[in-house]
Amino acid sequence: MAKVFIYPANSLILADLIERFGHKPLVIMNQIREKVTSISLDSPPLNITPEDPKLGLRYAAIEVPPGVRGRMALIGPLIEAAEASIIVENPPTNFGCVGCNRTNELMKYLIRSKGVPVLEIKYPELDEEAHDFVSKIVEFLKSLPKEKLGHDEKVADKEPSEKETGK
Amino acid sequence: MSSEELKPVKIALVSCGSEYSGVQPEFESAADKVNAKFVYPEIDIAYMDTISRDFGLEVASGDLRLMMARAKAVVEGTTNVDGVFITTCFRCAEGAIVRNEVRRYIHKNSSVPVISYSFTERTSAGTLLTRLEALTTIVRHKHLLTREIQSGLTAGIDSGSTTTKAVVMKDNEIIGKGWVPTTKVIESAEEAYSLALKEAGVSIEEIQALGTTGYGRFLVGNHFKAQLIQEEITVNSKGAVYLANRQKGSATVIDIGGMDNKAISVEDGIPGMFTMGGICAGASGRFFEMISKRLGVDITDFGAMAVKGMQENVFMNSYCIVFGIQSLVNSLAKGASPEDVAAAACYSVVEQIYEQQLQEVDVKEPLILVGGSSLIEGVPKALTKLLKLNVLVPKNSHLIGAVGAALLASGFVDE
Repeated sequence: MAKVFIYPANSLILADLIERFGHKPLVIMNQIREKVTSISLDSPPLNITPEDPKLGLRYAAIEVPPGVRGRMALIGPLIEAAEASIIVENPPTNFGCVGCNRTNELMKYLIRSKGVPVLEIKYPELDEEAHDFVSKIVEFLKSLPKEKLGHDEKVADKEPSEKETGK
Repeated sequence: MSSEELKPVKIALVSCGSEYSGVQPEFESAADKVNAKFVYPEIDIAYMDTISRDFGLEVASGDLRLMMARAKAVVEGTTNVDGVFITTCFRCAEGAIVRNEVRRYIHKNSSVPVISYSFTERTSAGTLLTRLEALTTIVRHKHLLTREIQSGLTAGIDSGSTTTKAVVMKDNEIIGKGWVPTTKVIESAEEAYSLALKEAGVSIEEIQALGTTGYGRFLVGNHFKAQLIQEEITVNSKGAVYLANRQKGSATVIDIGGMDNKAISVEDGIPGMFTMGGICAGASGRFFEMISKRLGVDITDFGAMAVKGMQENVFMNSYCIVFGIQSLVNSLAKGASPEDVAAAACYSVVEQIYEQQLQEVDVKEPLILVGGSSLIEGVPKALTKLLKLNVLVPKNSHLIGAVGAALLASGFVDE
């Protein structure tokens, strides 16, 4: 099983595909779930406090706006944990979007420069392209090592573990 | 509390994702204090992919496209709100472009009051309070703001960061004034108020209604049991157009205060767009105090000195008060005349206001300059030169907050 970082970082379709092929999607939703279910924090709606943009300083300097650093406080640990990545270029908003293109630029740069296998693929606009899009992703996922898990059939049923998402 | 006060004001929060920046609780806290509630205009997610073309501004960030879509929802009436708060991250160019254009778009196409702000993770509820208070006042008390004549015997106290001003007014005339440096907030207010009462020849018991404004408005207002406790944006807009006798039509008010500046676009005496702040004290009245102290002249003589000088002879950029003072020291060391330095200081402050604040409001004539710094003659001169507009400095321009408060408080006399 490989931990696969995805772009857009909240794409449910990509996350589902990755799980179906026995790997672990690293998605921002798990990070947010951990935030909003943590006790002792009261900063709704996402429980992101002024401390988070400070944690984001690990990925971006102080002159980078707090919205980027706050997002990177969630996304950065996923990139650190990533063993592979799929980047979908030009996706429509309903495919996934974290809202800030400066964050997008930074996260794509960081995952590309990490040296892990990265599949970069354009979002399909036609049916034929869609088949090709899925095939390429499947091919990429099949090429990733699975030995750590060893029981692929259970992965699709398994709830993603928060502890495995790179924290 | 009136029924108007009890009803929450619905403010559309149009932001680039403030929930990711750690400031959302501060926004909510400031809104709570003025009994306002943030709402998020609903839009169809598919609209996000076409909004750039519809709006005409192509941006890459999804949340900025969401801002445009939400602004359209407000203008088209699919979301019913009382006001709009537009906010993006400080230092984001893409965000700043969208923030300004969305603000202009709403202002041009609807009558919904709008404020905009760029936040950092250190933005506090206190910073936002005055802005949200002004926004909710425009919504709740429009009838109060339409008052053009002071009636009865009323008083106003402006508890500012640097000076405290008080006036007593009777039947539309100022009959007593007090102006003292702010040291302890209540003691300074008592002193200024006593001076105004003494000059007016009336006792505190005779005052029919009192209004307070400025940084110390709550403390002073509660101390004197004021009928009106109101932020400076509303009060100063009203005071400025009243003193300048420009209550009808458009006007732009620039208030250079001791600690911050305000630029307010006013229509029929009611504030529309406004900005508050300044990056550093280098763009406020505090800078004049420091420069005059360094030049060894009294602040009251500083303006006349500046008028005699040539600003072009001295390079000064008071973007930061420390660098501004360095420029001053360097200039004097090179032999610059104190007059040229004083002129450069005036020009530098108005340049900061132009660069940081006037970009965010529509400047419409007349331009009314108020606040203590308006009495420094070099300031209106520099502003006229920079903006190439006639600058109006009304009589008693330094008392604008106190006059505005006394004027608005007279609404309580009738009640």
